[in-house]
Amino acid sequence: MDIVVCIKRVPLTQEVDLVIDAGKKDIRKDDLAYILNDWDNYAIEEAVQLKETFDGSVTVVTVGDEEDEEILRRALAMGADRAVRVDPGSRLLDGFVLSGILASVVKTIPHDLVLTGVQADDDNAGVVGVMLAERLGLSHAAVVTRIEKENGTARLHLELEGGMDAVCQIRFPALLTIQTGINEPRYVSIMGIRKAGKKELKVIELGELGLSDADLLPQTQVEELYLPPEAEGAEIIEGDPGAIAETLLRIIREKGVNV
Amino acid sequence: MSDIYVVAEHRQGELRDITFEMLTKARALCEAGGHSLTAVLLADEAGALLPPLAERADKILFFQDARLKVFDPDLYRDVLAHAIGQGKPLLILMGHTPSGLEYVPALSIRTGLPIATDCVDIQLEGSKPKLTRQIYSGKLFARVVCRDADSYLITVRPSAFQPEESAPVQAEVVQQPLPGGVGEPRRTFIEYEDTSAGAVDIAQAPFLVSIGRGVGEEENISVIQELAEKLGATLSCSRPVVDKNWLPRYHQVGTSGKSVKPKVYLALGISGAFQHVAGIAGAGTVIAINKDKKAPIFRVADYGVVEDLFKIAEALKEKIKA
Ligand SMILES: Cc1cc2nc3c(=O)[nH]c(=O)nc-3n(C[C@H](O)[C@H](O)[C@H](O)COP(=O)(O)OP(=O)(O)OC[C@H]3O[C@@H](n4cnc5c(N)ncnc54)[C@H](O)[C@@H]3O)c2cc1C
Repeated sequence: MDIVVCIKRVPLTQEVDLVIDAGKKDIRKDDLAYILNDWDNYAIEEAVQLKETFDGSVTVVTVGDEEDEEILRRALAMGADRAVRVDPGSRLLDGFVLSGILASVVKTIPHDLVLTGVQADDDNAGVVGVMLAERLGLSHAAVVTRIEKENGTARLHLELEGGMDAVCQIRFPALLTIQTGINEPRYVSIMGIRKAGKKELKVIELGELGLSDADLLPQTQVEELYLPPEAEGAEIIEGDPGAIAETLLRIIREKGVNV
Repeated sequence: MSDIYVVAEHRQGELRDITFEMLTKARALCEAGGHSLTAVLLADEAGALLPPLAERADKILFFQDARLKVFDPDLYRDVLAHAIGQGKPLLILMGHTPSGLEYVPALSIRTGLPIATDCVDIQLEGSKPKLTRQIYSGKLFARVVCRDADSYLITVRPSAFQPEESAPVQAEVVQQPLPGGVGEPRRTFIEYEDTSAGAVDIAQAPFLVSIGRGVGEEENISVIQELAEKLGATLSCSRPVVDKNWLPRYHQVGTSGKSVKPKVYLALGISGAFQHVAGIAGAGTVIAINKDKKAPIFRVADYGVVEDLFKIAEALKEKIKA
């Protein structure tokens, strides 16, 4: 069972004031901390668990710069066997371009299964996995919350709305986009990451992939970023915790709840 | 004049809310730009699906086949690629839903058409769409444009548009078999399964104390549980709390969890992602406590407190005792 997992490093944006840069098409990222995209963490764990049960190999792939190797090393520490980074240089990347780059790399790596996260926490677009499946000609399923492998097939749970799952059977090779909660991603220590430093991490330059300009032309672009309109939303209650608590209790009672 | 297509989403013989939301938005765009509205229906039988569409669209493209009894992404991709090739609509609106996530990106690659997903607003400037999306989990808005194309694929965020009644029209129904070249689906549907049943029914609770990832550690759950008990409230949560197995699935509020309608919803350490917020649309009053003053939850809350949730939880416990 050979598995390829496509992963992405994303900025941590909670509890920080995001600053829009002068070009208004992106944010200032210099001061932000970065993490492995949450959904991808579950995808790596799922791949490693499948490998531990059925043998085979796990290869992780990211498109990014040298700093993004941090998440590849993390994946290696979780149990992936090798890692590939494609350096996109200064290219603008949307789902179309990303999936094109990934397709040209993934098709050179043996795979019974390709996993991605459902979406990335920065652009929230949710397209790369299924675009990649289409480019590779793989059958696919999205928002997967359970995989039970049975020989050359797998029984899958796909999450729908309102607590409903669809259960289906899919044949390998296939591409699945992984939903959070499918497993419990293992803890990785700094030591573990250091140890995994010996595993193979291959860097590919975009130029080596033989993609045309048309392949690398984004289909969709941000014209302008802006902050959500002010003056909308909550009335902010201020004061010391005791005073705030009193106000909250008063509001709760006013709204018809007996406390 | 061009066409705007709305792909009807349905399950188990019923149209889903997103279909009506998209039809409302599409009608507004049609009226502003002199376009015509076509609903595209893929189903094994018309059943209850056709009449509501016929009242709201100028035309229905109805692909009928036994293989369309349950949703299949390959069939949707193939049939829609064919329909778009034939009809050359200006816009094709589809739901940013689990089903949409399964076929729209593939349709984009198959047709070579640009795609913008999870849009919360759509404007047309001539024949060019300007789309509004939210990025970084809703902390920023982005106006997005596509490269020039004949048609544009757009997925629409659930609940972004309010479904409205408009003067009924009687759509012309054009029924078609599946186009040639459509293969057998590559995966087999087995069954639907309900994963949300459990001991507590948060959907009925009048007062919910809800925790998100901001609760930090499993040990902290009991602190909030105690608060909920003292307040006589029911405990609910956002998805990460369930993902980490800190609470059973039936506590989860949101699109893939439950929709709730309490008199008061007290959100502690929840950022306000749309999949969560969609579940609290029916709440009377929303109070949010979050350390991050820019958290999107404050845009939907009635009252907000920018503070560590545990400080306020402790203070609430104190005051309740007194
Ligand atoms: C297909 C799909 C379906 C989904 N369905 C659902 C669903 O049904 N329900 C759902 O909830 N999500 C759902 N999600 C996930 C959703 O997108 C978000 O990831 C999730 O809602 C985030 O949960 P959160 O707000 O608890 O966590 P986060 O986004 O991590 O936010 C935590 C918040 O806590 C604050 N915080 C941290 N510490 C403290 C403190 N000490 N005091 C106060 N505040 C603090 C932070 O500032 C932050 O705002 C779905 C996603 C997908 C792709």
